[in-house]
Amino acid sequence: MPSSKPMPTGKRLSSLAQQTVKQSTALLQELVAHLRQNRTQLREEWANRINEAQLLTAMTTEELFAEATSVYDNYVEALATGTFEALQSYARNLSERIIPRGVETHEVVGIVLLLRDVLARSLFAKYQGDFNMLNRILDAYEPAANRIANTVAVGFVQERERVIRQQQEAIRELSTPVLQVRERLLILPIIGVIDPQRARQLTEQLLRGIRTNRAKVVVIDITGVAAMDATVANHLVQTVEASRLLGATVIVTGLSPEIAQTIVTIGVDLGKMNTVGDLQGGIEQAERLLGYKVIPVADAAS
Amino acid sequence: MVVAHDIHVAIRSDVDIVLARQQGRNLAADIGFTAIDATLIATAISELARNIVAYAQRGEVILRSIESANKRGIMIIARDGGPGIRNINDALRDGYSTSGGLGLGLPGVKRLVDEFSIESQLRQGTTVSVKKWLR
Amino acid sequence: MEVPILKQGRFLIATIQAALSDADLLQLRRALIDKVIQFRSRGVIIDVTALDVMDSFATRTLRDITNVIRLRGADTVIVGIQPEVAFAMVQLGLTMEGVATALDLEEGLAHLQQRAASNT
Repeated sequence: MPSSKPMPTGKRLSSLAQQTVKQSTALLQELVAHLRQNRTQLREEWANRINEAQLLTAMTTEELFAEATSVYDNYVEALATGTFEALQSYARNLSERIIPRGVETHEVVGIVLLLRDVLARSLFAKYQGDFNMLNRILDAYEPAANRIANTVAVGFVQERERVIRQQQEAIRELSTPVLQVRERLLILPIIGVIDPQRARQLTEQLLRGIRTNRAKVVVIDITGVAAMDATVANHLVQTVEASRLLGATVIVTGLSPEIAQTIVTIGVDLGKMNTVGDLQGGIEQAERLLGYKVIPVADAAS
Repeated sequence: MVVAHDIHVAIRSDVDIVLARQQGRNLAADIGFTAIDATLIATAISELARNIVAYAQRGEVILRSIESANKRGIMIIARDGGPGIRNINDALRDGYSTSGGLGLGLPGVKRLVDEFSIESQLRQGTTVSVKKWLR
Repeated sequence: MEVPILKQGRFLIATIQAALSDADLLQLRRALIDKVIQFRSRGVIIDVTALDVMDSFATRTLRDITNVIRLRGADTVIVGIQPEVAFAMVQLGLTMEGVATALDLEEGLAHLQQRAASNT
Protein backbone atom coordinates (compact mmCIF):
# COMPACT_ATOMS: atom_id res chain seq x y z
CA MET A 1 0.00 0.00 0.00
CA PRO A 2 1.20 3.49 -0.75
CA SER A 3 2.79 5.32 2.15
CA SER A 4 4.19 8.77 2.34
CA LYS A 5 7.19 7.59 4.31
CA PRO A 6 10.19 7.06 2.02
CA MET A 7 10.83 3.41 1.20
CA PRO A 8 14.28 2.18 2.15
CA THR A 9 16.52 1.19 -0.73
CA GLY A 10 17.91 -2.27 -1.02
CA LYS A 11 16.41 -5.48 -2.27
CA ARG A 12 14.39 -6.43 0.74
CA LEU A 13 12.21 -4.11 2.75
CA SER A 14 13.46 -3.68 6.26
CA SER A 15 11.11 -4.92 8.92
CA LEU A 16 10.28 -1.33 9.84
CA ALA A 17 9.20 -0.60 6.30
CA GLN A 18 7.21 -3.82 6.16
CA GLN A 19 5.46 -2.80 9.32
CA THR A 20 4.69 0.60 7.84
CA VAL A 21 3.13 -0.98 4.80
CA LYS A 22 1.04 -3.29 6.94
CA GLN A 23 -0.20 -0.43 9.10
CA SER A 24 -0.98 1.56 6.01
CA THR A 25 -3.05 -1.28 4.63
CA ALA A 26 -4.93 -1.66 7.88
CA LEU A 27 -5.65 2.05 8.03
CA LEU A 28 -6.96 2.09 4.49
CA GLN A 29 -9.29 -0.77 5.30
CA GLU A 30 -10.58 1.18 8.29
CA LEU A 31 -11.14 4.24 6.19
CA VAL A 32 -12.86 2.23 3.46
CA ALA A 33 -15.21 0.83 6.08
CA HIS A 34 -16.02 4.37 7.22
CA LEU A 35 -16.66 5.51 3.65
CA ARG A 36 -18.95 2.58 3.00
CA GLN A 37 -20.89 3.08 6.21
CA ASN A 38 -21.48 6.74 5.45
CA ARG A 39 -22.05 6.25 1.79
CA THR A 40 -25.51 7.78 1.61
CA GLN A 41 -24.77 11.10 3.25
CA LEU A 42 -21.31 11.50 1.75
CA ARG A 43 -22.67 10.89 -1.70
CA GLU A 44 -25.41 13.43 -1.15
CA GLU A 45 -22.94 15.99 0.15
CA TRP A 46 -20.83 15.43 -2.93
CA ALA A 47 -23.78 15.79 -5.29
CA ASN A 48 -24.65 19.09 -3.59
CA ARG A 49 -21.10 20.36 -4.02
CA ILE A 50 -21.25 19.40 -7.69
CA ASN A 51 -24.43 21.43 -8.13
CA GLU A 52 -22.99 24.38 -6.25
CA ALA A 53 -19.94 24.35 -8.47
CA GLN A 54 -22.28 24.15 -11.48
CA LEU A 55 -20.57 21.13 -12.93
CA LEU A 56 -22.15 18.49 -15.16
CA THR A 57 -24.98 20.84 -16.03
CA ALA A 58 -25.50 18.78 -19.21
CA MET A 59 -26.93 15.96 -17.11
CA THR A 60 -30.31 15.62 -15.44
CA THR A 61 -30.60 15.15 -11.69
CA GLU A 62 -31.37 11.46 -12.08
CA GLU A 63 -28.42 10.87 -14.39
CA LEU A 64 -26.15 12.78 -12.06
CA PHE A 65 -27.29 10.70 -9.14
CA ALA A 66 -26.77 7.44 -11.00
CA GLU A 67 -23.30 8.40 -12.18
CA ALA A 68 -22.38 9.83 -8.79
CA THR A 69 -23.29 6.52 -7.18
CA SER A 70 -21.11 4.46 -9.47
CA VAL A 71 -18.19 6.90 -9.31
CA TYR A 72 -18.40 6.82 -5.51
CA ASP A 73 -18.50 3.03 -5.40
CA ASN A 74 -15.65 2.65 -7.87
CA TYR A 75 -13.63 5.22 -5.95
CA VAL A 76 -14.04 3.38 -2.66
CA GLU A 77 -13.39 0.06 -4.36
CA ALA A 78 -10.09 1.34 -5.74
CA LEU A 79 -9.12 2.48 -2.24
CA ALA A 80 -10.06 -0.92 -0.86
CA THR A 81 -8.24 -3.08 -3.37
CA GLY A 82 -5.34 -0.78 -4.16
CA THR A 83 -5.55 -1.77 -7.79
CA PHE A 84 -6.60 0.60 -10.50
CA GLU A 85 -7.38 -1.53 -13.54
CA ALA A 86 -11.05 -1.76 -12.77
CA LEU A 87 -11.11 1.97 -12.20
CA GLN A 88 -9.37 2.62 -15.52
CA SER A 89 -11.92 0.48 -17.24
CA TYR A 90 -14.76 2.27 -15.50
CA ALA A 91 -13.27 5.68 -16.35
CA ARG A 92 -13.14 4.74 -20.04
CA ASN A 93 -16.73 3.56 -19.95
CA LEU A 94 -17.89 6.67 -18.18
CA SER A 95 -16.04 8.87 -20.65
CA GLU A 96 -17.57 7.05 -23.61
CA ARG A 97 -20.99 7.84 -22.17
CA ILE A 98 -20.52 11.45 -21.20
CA ILE A 99 -18.31 12.82 -23.97
CA PRO A 100 -21.15 12.78 -26.51
CA ARG A 101 -23.17 14.71 -23.92
CA GLY A 102 -20.67 17.54 -24.09
CA VAL A 103 -19.04 17.01 -20.72
CA GLU A 104 -15.63 18.62 -20.60
CA THR A 105 -12.32 17.74 -18.99
CA HIS A 106 -12.45 20.41 -16.28
CA GLU A 107 -15.82 19.07 -15.15
CA VAL A 108 -14.57 15.53 -14.77
CA VAL A 109 -11.43 16.62 -12.95
CA GLY A 110 -13.56 18.96 -10.88
CA ILE A 111 -16.01 16.38 -9.62
CA VAL A 112 -13.31 13.86 -8.75
CA LEU A 113 -11.43 16.47 -6.74
CA LEU A 114 -14.64 17.46 -5.01
CA LEU A 115 -15.20 13.86 -4.01
CA ARG A 116 -11.67 13.64 -2.73
CA ASP A 117 -12.29 16.73 -0.62
CA VAL A 118 -15.68 15.60 0.69
CA LEU A 119 -14.16 12.31 1.83
CA ALA A 120 -11.11 14.03 3.33
CA ARG A 121 -13.35 16.39 5.34
CA SER A 122 -15.32 13.46 6.58
CA LEU A 123 -12.09 11.90 7.83
CA PHE A 124 -11.17 15.15 9.57
CA ALA A 125 -14.52 15.15 11.27
CA LYS A 126 -14.21 11.57 12.44
CA TYR A 127 -10.64 11.63 13.70
CA GLN A 128 -10.28 15.20 14.87
CA GLY A 129 -10.10 14.02 18.46
CA ASP A 130 -6.93 12.06 17.79
CA PHE A 131 -4.35 14.06 15.85
CA ASN A 132 -1.91 11.22 15.65
CA MET A 133 -4.52 8.89 14.17
CA LEU A 134 -5.75 11.61 11.79
CA ASN A 135 -2.23 12.10 10.47
CA ARG A 136 -1.75 8.42 9.88
CA ILE A 137 -5.11 8.07 8.18
CA LEU A 138 -4.37 10.98 5.88
CA ASP A 139 -0.92 9.55 5.15
CA ALA A 140 -2.66 6.46 3.91
CA TYR A 141 -5.49 8.26 2.14
CA GLU A 142 -3.75 11.05 0.24
CA PRO A 143 -1.52 9.14 -2.19
CA ALA A 144 -4.32 6.72 -3.00
CA ALA A 145 -6.86 9.50 -3.52
CA ASN A 146 -4.49 11.40 -5.77
CA ARG A 147 -3.79 8.33 -7.82
CA ILE A 148 -7.51 7.82 -8.25
CA ALA A 149 -8.04 11.40 -9.41
CA ASN A 150 -5.19 10.99 -11.83
CA THR A 151 -6.48 7.70 -13.20
CA VAL A 152 -9.96 9.05 -13.85
CA ALA A 153 -8.72 12.30 -15.42
CA VAL A 154 -6.21 10.56 -17.66
CA GLY A 155 -8.82 7.99 -18.71
CA PHE A 156 -11.18 10.76 -19.70
CA VAL A 157 -8.55 12.68 -21.65
CA GLN A 158 -7.42 9.59 -23.52
CA GLU A 159 -10.96 8.82 -24.51
CA ARG A 160 -11.43 12.37 -25.75
CA GLU A 161 -8.24 12.10 -27.78
CA ARG A 162 -9.50 8.91 -29.33
CA VAL A 163 -12.76 10.58 -30.33
CA ILE A 164 -10.93 13.54 -31.81
CA ARG A 165 -8.67 11.23 -33.81
CA GLN A 166 -11.72 9.48 -35.20
CA GLN A 167 -13.29 12.75 -36.17
CA GLN A 168 -10.13 13.92 -37.87
CA GLU A 169 -9.99 10.69 -39.80
CA ALA A 170 -13.57 11.16 -40.92
CA ILE A 171 -12.83 14.69 -42.07
CA ARG A 172 -9.82 13.55 -44.02
CA GLU A 173 -11.90 10.88 -45.67
CA LEU A 174 -14.52 13.37 -46.73
CA SER A 175 -11.90 15.49 -48.40
CA THR A 176 -10.43 12.71 -50.54
CA PRO A 177 -13.24 11.12 -52.46
CA VAL A 178 -12.97 7.88 -54.34
CA LEU A 179 -15.49 8.18 -57.14
CA GLN A 180 -17.47 5.43 -58.70
CA VAL A 181 -17.98 6.51 -62.27
CA ARG A 182 -19.23 3.31 -63.82
CA GLU A 183 -19.90 -0.10 -62.53
CA ARG A 184 -16.66 -1.79 -61.53
CA LEU A 185 -14.67 1.39 -62.30
CA LEU A 186 -13.28 3.75 -59.68
CA ILE A 187 -11.51 7.02 -60.15
CA LEU A 188 -9.21 8.52 -57.57
CA PRO A 189 -8.17 12.05 -58.47
CA ILE A 190 -5.31 13.14 -56.26
CA ILE A 191 -4.96 16.87 -55.84
CA GLY A 192 -2.52 18.99 -53.93
CA VAL A 193 0.19 18.11 -51.49
CA ILE A 194 0.61 14.55 -50.39
CA ASP A 195 2.28 13.88 -47.10
CA PRO A 196 2.92 10.30 -45.95
CA GLN A 197 -0.13 10.42 -43.68
CA ARG A 198 -2.47 11.45 -46.47
CA ALA A 199 -0.90 9.02 -48.88
CA ARG A 200 -1.61 6.17 -46.50
CA GLN A 201 -5.14 7.32 -46.01
CA LEU A 202 -5.72 7.52 -49.75
CA THR A 203 -4.48 3.97 -50.15
CA GLU A 204 -6.69 2.73 -47.33
CA GLN A 205 -9.73 4.45 -48.78
CA LEU A 206 -9.03 3.18 -52.25
CA LEU A 207 -8.62 -0.41 -51.12
CA ARG A 208 -11.81 -0.29 -49.12
CA GLY A 209 -13.52 1.31 -52.09
CA ILE A 210 -12.36 -1.49 -54.36
CA ARG A 211 -13.85 -4.00 -52.02
CA THR A 212 -17.14 -2.17 -51.48
CA ASN A 213 -17.70 -1.32 -55.13
CA ARG A 214 -16.20 -4.56 -56.44
CA ALA A 215 -14.10 -2.49 -58.76
CA LYS A 216 -12.10 -4.21 -61.45
CA VAL A 217 -10.35 -1.13 -62.73
CA VAL A 218 -9.08 1.93 -60.89
CA VAL A 219 -7.88 5.11 -62.55
CA ILE A 220 -5.55 7.14 -60.34
CA ASP A 221 -5.12 10.62 -61.72
CA ILE A 222 -2.11 12.51 -60.47
CA THR A 223 -2.38 15.53 -62.75
CA GLY A 224 -3.13 17.74 -59.79
CA VAL A 225 -0.39 16.50 -57.52
CA ALA A 226 1.79 19.40 -56.43
CA ALA A 227 5.08 17.65 -55.95
CA MET A 228 6.18 14.09 -56.16
CA ASP A 229 9.21 12.85 -54.31
CA ALA A 230 10.54 9.34 -53.90
CA THR A 231 8.40 8.73 -50.80
CA VAL A 232 5.17 9.61 -52.51
CA ALA A 233 6.19 7.70 -55.63
CA ASN A 234 6.75 4.71 -53.39
CA HIS A 235 3.28 5.08 -51.94
CA LEU A 236 1.86 5.19 -55.44
CA VAL A 237 3.64 1.99 -56.39
CA GLN A 238 2.48 0.31 -53.20
CA THR A 239 -1.09 1.39 -53.90
CA VAL A 240 -0.92 -0.14 -57.34
CA GLU A 241 0.45 -3.40 -55.95
CA ALA A 242 -2.06 -3.57 -53.13
CA SER A 243 -4.92 -2.93 -55.55
CA ARG A 244 -3.75 -5.80 -57.67
CA LEU A 245 -3.94 -8.09 -54.63
CA LEU A 246 -7.61 -7.20 -54.50
CA GLY A 247 -7.97 -8.18 -58.13
CA ALA A 248 -8.13 -4.65 -59.55
CA THR A 249 -6.12 -3.23 -62.43
CA VAL A 250 -4.74 0.24 -61.90
CA ILE A 251 -4.25 2.85 -64.60
CA VAL A 252 -2.20 5.88 -63.62
CA THR A 253 -2.93 9.05 -65.56
CA GLY A 254 -1.48 12.54 -65.56
CA LEU A 255 2.10 11.36 -65.27
CA SER A 256 4.37 14.22 -66.19
CA PRO A 257 7.85 13.44 -67.55
CA GLU A 258 9.37 14.66 -64.28
CA ILE A 259 7.24 12.34 -62.18
CA ALA A 260 7.91 9.48 -64.55
CA GLN A 261 11.60 10.11 -63.98
CA THR A 262 11.17 10.06 -60.19
CA ILE A 263 9.39 6.74 -60.36
CA VAL A 264 12.07 5.23 -62.55
CA THR A 265 14.72 6.55 -60.18
CA ILE A 266 13.26 4.68 -57.24
CA GLY A 267 13.69 1.52 -59.21
CA VAL A 268 10.21 0.85 -60.47
CA ASP A 269 9.85 -0.59 -63.91
CA LEU A 270 7.40 1.82 -65.54
CA GLY A 271 6.70 -0.81 -68.12
CA LYS A 272 4.91 -2.76 -65.43
CA MET A 273 2.74 0.14 -64.47
CA ASN A 274 -0.22 0.94 -66.65
CA THR A 275 0.11 4.60 -67.53
CA VAL A 276 -1.86 6.84 -69.83
CA GLY A 277 -1.31 10.51 -70.59
CA ASP A 278 -4.50 12.09 -69.36
CA LEU A 279 -7.59 11.26 -67.35
CA GLN A 280 -9.89 11.04 -70.35
CA GLY A 281 -7.59 8.60 -72.05
CA GLY A 282 -7.34 6.63 -68.84
CA ILE A 283 -11.09 6.31 -68.51
CA GLU A 284 -11.38 5.20 -72.12
CA GLN A 285 -8.79 2.52 -71.59
CA ALA A 286 -10.52 1.43 -68.40
CA GLU A 287 -13.78 1.08 -70.27
CA ARG A 288 -12.09 -1.01 -72.92
CA LEU A 289 -10.67 -3.26 -70.21
CA LEU A 290 -14.11 -3.65 -68.74
CA GLY A 291 -15.60 -4.51 -72.10
CA TYR A 292 -17.55 -1.31 -72.62
CA LYS A 293 -17.78 -0.06 -76.14
CA VAL A 294 -18.45 3.60 -76.68
CA ILE A 295 -20.89 4.00 -79.59
CA PRO A 296 -21.62 7.45 -81.04
CA VAL A 297 -25.28 8.33 -80.55
CA ALA A 298 -25.98 8.54 -84.29
CA ASP A 299 -24.86 4.94 -84.86
CA ALA A 300 -26.79 3.66 -81.85
CA ALA A 301 -30.00 5.16 -83.14
CA SER A 302 -29.75 3.45 -86.52
CA MET B 1 -8.78 -1.62 -20.63
CA VAL B 2 -5.04 -1.54 -21.12
CA VAL B 3 -2.97 -3.99 -19.12
CA ALA B 4 -0.11 -2.56 -17.17
CA HIS B 5 1.97 -5.69 -17.30
CA ASP B 6 3.84 -7.40 -20.13
CA ILE B 7 2.38 -10.26 -22.12
CA HIS B 8 4.89 -13.03 -22.69
CA VAL B 9 4.36 -15.54 -25.46
CA ALA B 10 6.77 -18.46 -25.59
CA ILE B 11 7.76 -19.29 -29.15
CA ARG B 12 8.60 -22.91 -29.77
CA SER B 13 6.73 -23.86 -32.90
CA ASP B 14 4.63 -22.45 -35.70
CA VAL B 15 1.40 -22.55 -33.70
CA ASP B 16 2.97 -20.08 -31.27
CA ILE B 17 3.41 -17.65 -34.16
CA VAL B 18 -0.36 -17.53 -34.61
CA LEU B 19 -0.86 -17.12 -30.86
CA ALA B 20 1.66 -14.29 -30.62
CA ARG B 21 0.10 -12.31 -33.43
CA GLN B 22 -3.43 -12.80 -32.12
CA GLN B 23 -2.37 -11.53 -28.70
CA GLY B 24 -0.60 -8.67 -30.40
CA ARG B 25 -3.68 -7.77 -32.39
CA ASN B 26 -5.84 -7.82 -29.26
CA LEU B 27 -3.45 -5.61 -27.33
CA ALA B 28 -3.21 -3.21 -30.27
CA ALA B 29 -6.99 -2.96 -30.41
CA ASP B 30 -7.13 -2.29 -26.63
CA ILE B 31 -4.58 0.47 -26.96
CA GLY B 32 -6.73 2.07 -29.63
CA PHE B 33 -4.99 1.25 -32.89
CA THR B 34 -7.11 1.20 -36.06
CA ALA B 35 -7.81 -2.09 -37.83
CA ILE B 36 -5.18 -1.36 -40.42
CA ASP B 37 -2.48 -0.59 -37.86
CA ALA B 38 -3.45 -3.61 -35.82
CA THR B 39 -2.88 -5.69 -38.96
CA LEU B 40 0.53 -4.12 -39.52
CA ILE B 41 1.43 -4.90 -35.93
CA ALA B 42 0.16 -8.47 -36.16
CA THR B 43 2.12 -8.96 -39.38
CA ALA B 44 5.32 -7.61 -37.83
CA ILE B 45 4.88 -9.96 -34.87
CA SER B 46 4.30 -12.84 -37.24
CA GLU B 47 7.54 -12.19 -39.10
CA LEU B 48 9.59 -11.70 -35.93
CA ALA B 49 8.18 -14.82 -34.29
CA ARG B 50 8.76 -16.73 -37.50
CA ASN B 51 12.44 -15.79 -37.44
CA ILE B 52 12.72 -17.19 -33.95
CA VAL B 53 11.23 -20.51 -35.02
CA ALA B 54 13.31 -20.68 -38.16
CA TYR B 55 16.70 -19.69 -36.79
CA ALA B 56 16.67 -20.18 -33.04
CA GLN B 57 14.03 -22.84 -32.49
CA ARG B 58 12.90 -21.20 -29.28
CA GLY B 59 12.49 -17.79 -27.78
CA GLU B 60 9.79 -15.43 -26.68
CA VAL B 61 7.77 -12.46 -27.81
CA ILE B 62 6.95 -9.78 -25.26
CA LEU B 63 4.05 -7.41 -25.85
CA ARG B 64 3.88 -4.18 -23.93
CA SER B 65 1.69 -1.09 -24.00
CA ILE B 66 3.85 2.00 -23.73
CA GLU B 67 3.49 5.72 -23.08
CA SER B 68 5.75 8.64 -23.80
CA ALA B 69 5.13 12.37 -23.42
CA ASN B 70 1.53 12.51 -24.57
CA LYS B 71 1.40 9.56 -26.92
CA ARG B 72 0.61 5.91 -26.48
CA GLY B 73 1.73 2.88 -28.39
CA ILE B 74 2.83 -0.71 -28.42
CA MET B 75 6.25 -2.26 -27.98
CA ILE B 76 7.16 -5.70 -29.22
CA ILE B 77 10.30 -7.50 -28.12
CA ALA B 78 11.30 -10.67 -29.95
CA ARG B 79 14.05 -12.42 -28.06
CA ASP B 80 15.86 -15.68 -28.61
CA GLY B 81 18.96 -17.51 -27.40
CA GLY B 82 19.84 -18.75 -30.84
CA PRO B 83 22.95 -18.60 -32.99
CA GLY B 84 22.82 -14.82 -33.50
CA ILE B 85 23.17 -12.85 -36.71
CA ARG B 86 26.60 -12.77 -38.24
CA ASN B 87 26.23 -9.55 -40.17
CA ILE B 88 23.47 -7.24 -38.97
CA ASN B 89 24.12 -4.68 -41.69
CA ASP B 90 23.49 -7.26 -44.37
CA ALA B 91 20.34 -8.42 -42.67
CA LEU B 92 19.00 -4.86 -42.56
CA ARG B 93 19.74 -4.10 -46.17
CA ASP B 94 16.83 -3.91 -48.54
CA GLY B 95 17.40 -6.67 -50.99
CA TYR B 96 16.92 -9.33 -48.44
CA SER B 97 13.25 -9.50 -49.23
CA THR B 98 11.07 -12.09 -47.62
CA SER B 99 9.23 -12.88 -50.82
CA GLY B 100 12.19 -14.75 -52.18
CA GLY B 101 12.45 -16.80 -49.06
CA LEU B 102 15.85 -15.41 -48.26
CA GLY B 103 16.90 -13.71 -45.10
CA LEU B 104 15.05 -12.43 -42.12
CA GLY B 105 12.68 -9.95 -43.70
CA LEU B 106 13.87 -7.28 -41.26
CA PRO B 107 13.80 -4.37 -43.72
CA GLY B 108 10.16 -5.24 -44.34
CA VAL B 109 9.38 -5.33 -40.64
CA LYS B 110 11.04 -1.94 -40.27
CA ARG B 111 8.54 -0.48 -42.73
CA LEU B 112 5.64 -1.73 -40.64
CA VAL B 113 6.72 0.01 -37.43
CA ASP B 114 7.86 3.42 -36.21
CA GLU B 115 10.95 2.47 -34.23
CA PHE B 116 13.23 -0.51 -34.72
CA SER B 117 16.31 -1.71 -32.89
CA ILE B 118 18.24 -4.95 -32.95
CA GLU B 119 20.96 -6.53 -30.86
CA SER B 120 22.64 -9.77 -31.71
CA GLN B 121 25.61 -11.72 -30.51
CA LEU B 122 26.95 -14.83 -32.12
CA ARG B 123 26.07 -17.96 -30.14
CA GLN B 124 24.23 -15.83 -27.61
CA GLY B 125 21.09 -14.79 -29.36
CA THR B 126 19.15 -11.94 -30.89
CA THR B 127 16.74 -9.36 -29.55
CA VAL B 128 14.64 -7.24 -31.86
CA SER B 129 12.61 -4.39 -30.32
CA VAL B 130 10.04 -2.44 -32.26
CA LYS B 131 7.60 0.30 -31.34
CA LYS B 132 4.53 1.66 -33.03
CA TRP B 133 2.73 4.79 -31.84
CA LEU B 134 -0.88 5.85 -32.10
CA ARG B 135 -1.23 8.48 -34.77
CA MET C 1 -7.09 -27.70 -38.58
CA GLU C 2 -7.79 -29.13 -42.02
CA VAL C 3 -8.78 -26.71 -44.74
CA PRO C 4 -12.07 -27.70 -46.41
CA ILE C 5 -11.83 -28.24 -50.17
CA LEU C 6 -15.00 -28.28 -52.25
CA LYS C 7 -15.36 -29.48 -55.80
CA GLN C 8 -17.31 -27.19 -58.10
CA GLY C 9 -17.43 -28.71 -61.58
CA ARG C 10 -13.92 -28.69 -62.97
CA PHE C 11 -12.72 -26.39 -60.19
CA LEU C 12 -11.72 -26.80 -56.57
CA ILE C 13 -12.43 -24.24 -53.86
CA ALA C 14 -10.32 -24.23 -50.70
CA THR C 15 -11.57 -21.97 -47.90
CA ILE C 16 -8.99 -20.98 -45.32
CA GLN C 17 -9.94 -20.24 -41.71
CA ALA C 18 -8.37 -17.56 -39.57
CA ALA C 19 -5.88 -19.28 -37.30
CA LEU C 20 -3.97 -21.14 -39.97
CA SER C 21 -0.74 -22.71 -38.78
CA ASP C 22 2.24 -23.50 -40.98
CA ALA C 23 1.47 -27.19 -40.76
CA ASP C 24 -2.11 -26.53 -41.91
CA LEU C 25 -0.81 -24.66 -44.94
CA LEU C 26 1.55 -27.46 -45.90
CA GLN C 27 -1.24 -29.97 -45.44
CA LEU C 28 -3.39 -27.86 -47.77
CA ARG C 29 -0.66 -28.01 -50.39
CA ARG C 30 -0.61 -31.80 -50.30
CA ALA C 31 -4.39 -32.07 -50.30
CA LEU C 32 -4.79 -29.74 -53.27
CA ILE C 33 -2.25 -31.59 -55.37
CA ASP C 34 -3.94 -34.89 -54.57
CA LYS C 35 -7.39 -33.60 -55.43
CA VAL C 36 -6.31 -31.83 -58.62
CA ILE C 37 -4.94 -35.15 -59.79
CA GLN C 38 -7.92 -37.12 -58.56
CA PHE C 39 -10.53 -34.90 -60.19
CA ARG C 40 -8.43 -33.64 -63.08
CA SER C 41 -9.40 -30.14 -62.09
CA ARG C 42 -8.83 -27.20 -64.42
CA GLY C 43 -8.53 -24.62 -61.69
CA VAL C 44 -8.19 -23.97 -57.96
CA ILE C 45 -9.55 -21.09 -55.91
CA ILE C 46 -7.96 -20.44 -52.54
CA ASP C 47 -10.20 -18.18 -50.47
CA VAL C 48 -8.24 -16.24 -47.86
CA THR C 49 -11.08 -13.93 -46.77
CA ALA C 50 -10.80 -15.12 -43.17
CA LEU C 51 -7.04 -14.65 -42.99
CA ASP C 52 -6.23 -11.59 -40.91
CA VAL C 53 -2.48 -11.73 -41.51
CA MET C 54 -0.52 -12.82 -44.57
CA ASP C 55 3.14 -13.15 -43.77
CA SER C 56 6.16 -14.28 -45.75
CA PHE C 57 5.52 -17.98 -45.16
CA ALA C 58 1.91 -17.80 -46.29
CA THR C 59 2.93 -15.88 -49.40
CA ARG C 60 5.74 -18.26 -50.27
CA THR C 61 3.53 -21.29 -49.78
CA LEU C 62 0.70 -19.89 -51.88
CA ARG C 63 3.20 -19.20 -54.65
CA ASP C 64 4.50 -22.74 -54.26
CA ILE C 65 1.02 -24.15 -54.52
CA THR C 66 0.34 -22.09 -57.64
CA ASN C 67 3.48 -23.37 -59.32
CA VAL C 68 2.97 -26.99 -58.38
CA ILE C 69 -0.64 -26.94 -59.55
CA ARG C 70 0.38 -25.35 -62.81
CA LEU C 71 2.59 -28.39 -63.45
CA ARG C 72 -0.65 -30.33 -63.44
CA GLY C 73 -2.08 -28.04 -66.08
CA ALA C 74 -4.40 -26.18 -63.73
CA ASP C 75 -4.67 -22.50 -62.82
CA THR C 76 -4.78 -21.09 -59.30
CA VAL C 77 -6.34 -17.86 -58.15
CA ILE C 78 -6.19 -16.37 -54.66
CA VAL C 79 -9.33 -14.52 -53.64
CA GLY C 80 -10.50 -12.48 -50.67
CA ILE C 81 -7.34 -10.70 -49.57
CA GLN C 82 -8.61 -8.07 -47.12
CA PRO C 83 -7.71 -4.39 -47.69
CA GLU C 84 -5.74 -4.19 -44.43
CA VAL C 85 -3.89 -7.38 -45.23
CA ALA C 86 -3.04 -6.20 -48.75
CA PHE C 87 -1.70 -2.98 -47.27
CA ALA C 88 0.50 -4.81 -44.78
CA MET C 89 1.74 -7.18 -47.47
CA VAL C 90 2.98 -4.42 -49.75
CA GLN C 91 4.63 -2.66 -46.81
CA LEU C 92 6.42 -5.88 -46.00
CA GLY C 93 7.43 -6.24 -49.63
CA LEU C 94 5.32 -9.29 -50.45
CA THR C 95 3.85 -8.75 -53.86
CA MET C 96 2.88 -12.28 -54.91
CA GLU C 97 4.15 -11.79 -58.42
CA GLY C 98 3.16 -14.57 -60.72
CA VAL C 99 0.11 -15.42 -58.64
CA ALA C 100 -3.32 -14.50 -59.92
CA THR C 101 -5.57 -12.69 -57.48
CA ALA C 102 -9.22 -11.73 -57.58
CA LEU C 103 -11.59 -9.88 -55.28
CA ASP C 104 -13.87 -12.73 -54.22
CA LEU C 105 -15.26 -16.14 -55.09
CA GLU C 106 -17.40 -14.81 -57.91
CA GLU C 107 -14.52 -12.98 -59.54
CA GLY C 108 -12.25 -15.95 -58.96
CA LEU C 109 -14.60 -18.29 -60.77
CA ALA C 110 -14.98 -15.81 -63.64
CA HIS C 111 -11.20 -15.64 -63.91
CA LEU C 112 -10.80 -19.42 -63.99
CA GLN C 113 -13.59 -19.81 -66.52
CA GLN C 114 -11.97 -17.23 -68.76
CA ARG C 115 -8.63 -19.01 -68.50
CA ALA C 116 -10.20 -22.39 -69.17
CA ALA C 117 -12.00 -21.01 -72.23
CA SER C 118 -8.87 -19.46 -73.66
CA ASN C 119 -6.87 -22.63 -73.10
CA THR C 120 -9.13 -24.94 -75.08
